Amino acid sequence: MYPCIEHCIWLIPLLPLTGAMVNLLIGSRLPRPVTHTIAIGTIATSFVLSVIAYLHIVSLPPGQRQFIDTVYTWIGLQGFRVGLSFLVDPLSVVMALIVSGVGSVIHLYSVGYMHGDKRYSRYFGFLNLFAFAMLLLVLSNSILLMFVGWEGVGLCSYLLIGFWFEKIENAKAGMKAFVVNRIGDFGFIVGFMLLFTAVGVRTGTWSLDFGVIKSNIGLVSPAILTAVGIMLFVGATGKSAQIPLYVWLPDAMAGPTPVSALIHAATMVTAGVYMVARMNFLYALAPDALRVIAIVGALTAFFAATIGLVQNDIKKVLAYSTVSQLGYMFIGVGVGAFGAGIFHLMTHAFFKALLFLGSGSVIHAMSGEQDIRKMGGLSSKMPITTTTFVIASLAIMGVPGFAGFFSKDDILYHAYISPYGGTFVWLLGVVAAVLTAFYMTRLVILTFYGNPRMDHHTAEHVHESPKTMTIPLIILAILSAIGGYIGMPAIFGVHNVFAQFLAPVFASGVRLPEGSVSLEWTLMGVSVLAAFSGIGFAYYLYGVRTELPAIMAEKYNTAYRWLLNKYYVDEFYQKYIVGGLMGLKDLLGVFDARIIDGTVNGTARLGRRLADFEGAFDRVVVDGAVNAVGDGIVSAGAVLRKLQNGLVQNYLIVAVIGMAILLSLVLL
Amino acid sequence: MAPAVTLTDYLILSGILFSIGVFGVLTRKNAIAVLMGVELMLNAANINLVAFSKFTDAGVVGQVFALFSIVIAAAEVAVALAIVISIYKVTRTIDLDKEDTMKG
Amino acid sequence: MLSNYLLSLIVFTPMIGFVLILLMPRERVTWIRWTAAVFTFIPMVLSFYLYGTMDASSAGFQFVEKYPWITAFNIQYYLGADGISTPMIVLTGLLSFLSVFASWNINKAHKAYFSLYLLLVTAMFGVFMALDFFLFYIFWELMLFPMYFLIGIWGGPRREYAAIKFFLYTLAGSVLMLVVILTFYFNSTDPATGSHTFNIVTLMNQANQGMFIKQFWVRLAMYVALFIGFAIKVPVFPFHTWLPDAHVEAPTAISVILAGVLLKMGAYGLMRISYPLLPDMAAYTAIGLAILGLINIVYGALVAMAQTDFKKMIAYSSVSHMGFVILGLASMTFIGFNGALMQMFNHGIITGMLFLLVGVIYDRAHHRDLNGFGGIATYMPVYAGITSLAFMGSLGLPGLSGFIGEVLVFLGTFKVYPVIVIVSATGVIFTAGYFLWAYQRVFLGPPNEKYRGIARINGRELFTLVPLVLIALFLGVYPMPFFNLVGASLSKLLMMVGH
Repeated sequence: MYPCIEHCIWLIPLLPLTGAMVNLLIGSRLPRPVTHTIAIGTIATSFVLSVIAYLHIVSLPPGQRQFIDTVYTWIGLQGFRVGLSFLVDPLSVVMALIVSGVGSVIHLYSVGYMHGDKRYSRYFGFLNLFAFAMLLLVLSNSILLMFVGWEGVGLCSYLLIGFWFEKIENAKAGMKAFVVNRIGDFGFIVGFMLLFTAVGVRTGTWSLDFGVIKSNIGLVSPAILTAVGIMLFVGATGKSAQIPLYVWLPDAMAGPTPVSALIHAATMVTAGVYMVARMNFLYALAPDALRVIAIVGALTAFFAATIGLVQNDIKKVLAYSTVSQLGYMFIGVGVGAFGAGIFHLMTHAFFKALLFLGSGSVIHAMSGEQDIRKMGGLSSKMPITTTTFVIASLAIMGVPGFAGFFSKDDILYHAYISPYGGTFVWLLGVVAAVLTAFYMTRLVILTFYGNPRMDHHTAEHVHESPKTMTIPLIILAILSAIGGYIGMPAIFGVHNVFAQFLAPVFASGVRLPEGSVSLEWTLMGVSVLAAFSGIGFAYYLYGVRTELPAIMAEKYNTAYRWLLNKYYVDEFYQKYIVGGLMGLKDLLGVFDARIIDGTVNGTARLGRRLADFEGAFDRVVVDGAVNAVGDGIVSAGAVLRKLQNGLVQNYLIVAVIGMAILLSLVLL
Repeated sequence: MAPAVTLTDYLILSGILFSIGVFGVLTRKNAIAVLMGVELMLNAANINLVAFSKFTDAGVVGQVFALFSIVIAAAEVAVALAIVISIYKVTRTIDLDKEDTMKG
Repeated sequence: MLSNYLLSLIVFTPMIGFVLILLMPRERVTWIRWTAAVFTFIPMVLSFYLYGTMDASSAGFQFVEKYPWITAFNIQYYLGADGISTPMIVLTGLLSFLSVFASWNINKAHKAYFSLYLLLVTAMFGVFMALDFFLFYIFWELMLFPMYFLIGIWGGPRREYAAIKFFLYTLAGSVLMLVVILTFYFNSTDPATGSHTFNIVTLMNQANQGMFIKQFWVRLAMYVALFIGFAIKVPVFPFHTWLPDAHVEAPTAISVILAGVLLKMGAYGLMRISYPLLPDMAAYTAIGLAILGLINIVYGALVAMAQTDFKKMIAYSSVSHMGFVILGLASMTFIGFNGALMQMFNHGIITGMLFLLVGVIYDRAHHRDLNGFGGIATYMPVYAGITSLAFMGSLGLPGLSGFIGEVLVFLGTFKVYPVIVIVSATGVIFTAGYFLWAYQRVFLGPPNEKYRGIARINGRELFTLVPLVLIALFLGVYPMPFFNLVGASLSKLLMMVGH
């Protein structure tokens, strides 16, 4: 339809990069409207290009919906070549649309949210840079180039979490995010090295291109593929905040709220899910790795949801909710339902971005207050924020009709029927759904309803946010409400458009058994029941018997404290892992200074001792002999010098006497 | 007729002169007197040269030598006296017993 | 033709500056500085010209100059450049020019400083071009002498200790090297003349290998001795402790040269001399080399984390990064070799940048204690930005040149030593740890009142940094010019070591 797009895919990531460079280099000298116009303009153009790419892809026959745009050879050695090349297929187009679309909305929102910030241009520069890296990640045609984006988003995350670096906690949170991500990256690097080598040794083709690996993957032994799959997933646990590396994400809320929405909810944290979906051809041959992913995802979904139950910081609740929802996505891809995982990724991008932006709107109105115990009753003063927030909450809870319902149900259904999932995974998912409904209801009630609990001064300032902030909320609310219908399951008598669109990408992937229609209805019923039971329970506790939560916290004090303190995982890591590392580095530092350098200095000292000894020997024996000769000559001279008294006549007398002696010898 | 003056007489004369010169050089304290002694020794040698020139068949070589010697002696005396004056200027004396700057 | 004596021009132009500076009155500081700038600028431009006119498809030596020098011992004045040495020559040219500007605030004995500096530049160029073993050794030792004084006179408080340590350490290495050089000499025969030879090209010729020492143990001993000589320079654990001291005490510009150029000489020596001359031993000991590379990477990173002195931390980060070079060289694969050479170049660029950056803050605050700053990013935003870029480059962030070297080393070596590579890869975590931790302590957090009003980075400092930033970015995005340059020579090297 638009064939020219096949040669200008590179513009999609390049545009935000250009915007970022302009804003970072000269942004501080530009007027603010120019700054954000550049930022929004570039990302919005990328969105338009993504839409064109989508239309182009759709216009192709389903089997051929893929093209590669190679710009130049990035690394080219004999027999090993990585191009700066972009892969466009249904999966990457969906991702590009989400990233640039949600990204554009959040850029727009930021104009209002960051309006008074002194580093305005830098903020937009970083945000654009993030968009570049994320688009590179989803569009790249090789693992190595994907890794560039993978690290790039990590960098932007670091920069934006610590954006207000004057507060040391923010800086520390940024560092924590980066270092924890690096632990994951270690796994990712090992994974792709192993894959690269395994494929290379088997086939003689040394490549990291998805296409090449895909066509040769069958030659690699399943054991190696399982190892690769698990190592790559280790990378995903870092980036996508799964057990055991999820700890950075709640801290990452230190960044500006739009950043939390874009990076730590909608896009970057889903990179791991995307990666697993992208590598579906590998995971199809590594069922054990899939089981690991499904179980880790299910555990994370459940575990994070329990922590979310009792948190009091509005963004912390949402952060644990994000961790939990990412767990759902991993259940999806882990049981082989890659389409379902990506579907939830998309709907989650809508409603979670909306929730964060809504919370940003609240925080903005509350003059920076984030503690929900000090909120309440905001609905009257902030109607748009409240409405959109509630819509997003209904979506995440899985209330029928809203976007999250379809995607969550899709995942749970597949978790039940898939050979890699099973009842245990499914059950954890359902329980997590109950918990999700509970904490979201709690959050909504405590924030927007009931009696205001803020102090008088703050209460006066509460106001609805400006248009630049509410329009993004409305856009996302619409998407959260209706975005799920493109993935309506077939039992409603329609085609699952979304799944069909993605199907070619996952064609070589996992074959899942077909469940019966009645089973599907039953499971859906259970999901709905789960959602409503959670809502009902929370409403009872926080809307009707409002004294109960405190009593319960008192009664189950130990459990409550464990939840409130997030099971002390951070403390555990801090003490044993960070502490261990600190001990090790101190030990090695001392080892280096004392033992290694000590040996060097010891050698030097030994050398000097030896020199001292030799010096003494030299003085006494060698020099002694020399001096003895010298002394002899000197004392002889002292005697003889007396002849040389300087009196010329003495010399003459000696000469005459000498001559006389000579003459007498000659003559006589 | 006076007895003929023989080579031996000349040699005796020059020996006496030379001895006087040596004596003067060795005993006088005054640098000028020492120089005069040196002159006597030189002239003793000149007498020898001339005498051998006359009494042998070596031609005039000896006499030429003597002339050379006289000229050089004159020059030498000039230099020597200049040195003496310089020494005097520095040390205010020409007493050789006081001049021991060449002491080792 | 310029190309007939291009290399000699590059080597000896700084010597002209050296003589000129000696002729200048000592009070004329500006003349002296600008003379140094001009006479490092010319060789830099010539080195770019060398890069531009070199035939990258040929693996042989180009721009060769060969004249008899000391005929009694068959010693030649023999220079040449190939794909391995050219990146090093360009790096030397670039860093030595930029470092002149980092020397602008040297505050005593300018005349001596800049003349010694130019002498050092000559020696460095010479090492990378010499193809006669004897000439190589001369340049190698010549480098030592100005370095000793540059650290010992213009350095920090413990400069004399550091200078002596550096000197003795390097000298110990070069003595071992000399022994090996002489062993080679007396066991070699030049097929053309029949006499002994110092000619490296003749010595590395496979056909002549048979004439050399055949006993396994002797060859091994020679390889080890030569290796220690080079390992000290790299530096390879456990010979690395001179480096932190020398770096910490040396003035900024000398740290840049030390890290940027001198450290490369060790690895260059391995590639130019050890590998081609004793290929069987290189293959035999490769696993040991790989283990040393691993230790360098991980150990260096952990010890760097333990440092509180900014410069010392970067010095140990050099130890860690040079480990990648060692690991890549041990791999004996084409990808690994490319990665190692790329990493050498990058390390020169990025670590040079890091030392320049430390110099900037040291000139202002007069200390380098990582815990003694805080919130500097508020006062010096541009400086903080460039530092973050350099840190990111150093910790191997994709998109900057450091990543390409490291990832190629890993990819190339994994096939051969998978376990070693996996353990080495933990280095990426520790490296991120110490760099970000340092960044946080110095730049982030509440602004330290003590440094309110600290001067922002000035034009001269930016002038030294920006070219390096641009190169790091450019090679990260488009490294092909580099790979095109080195490919043929590295293939040949790989063939020599029997792969």
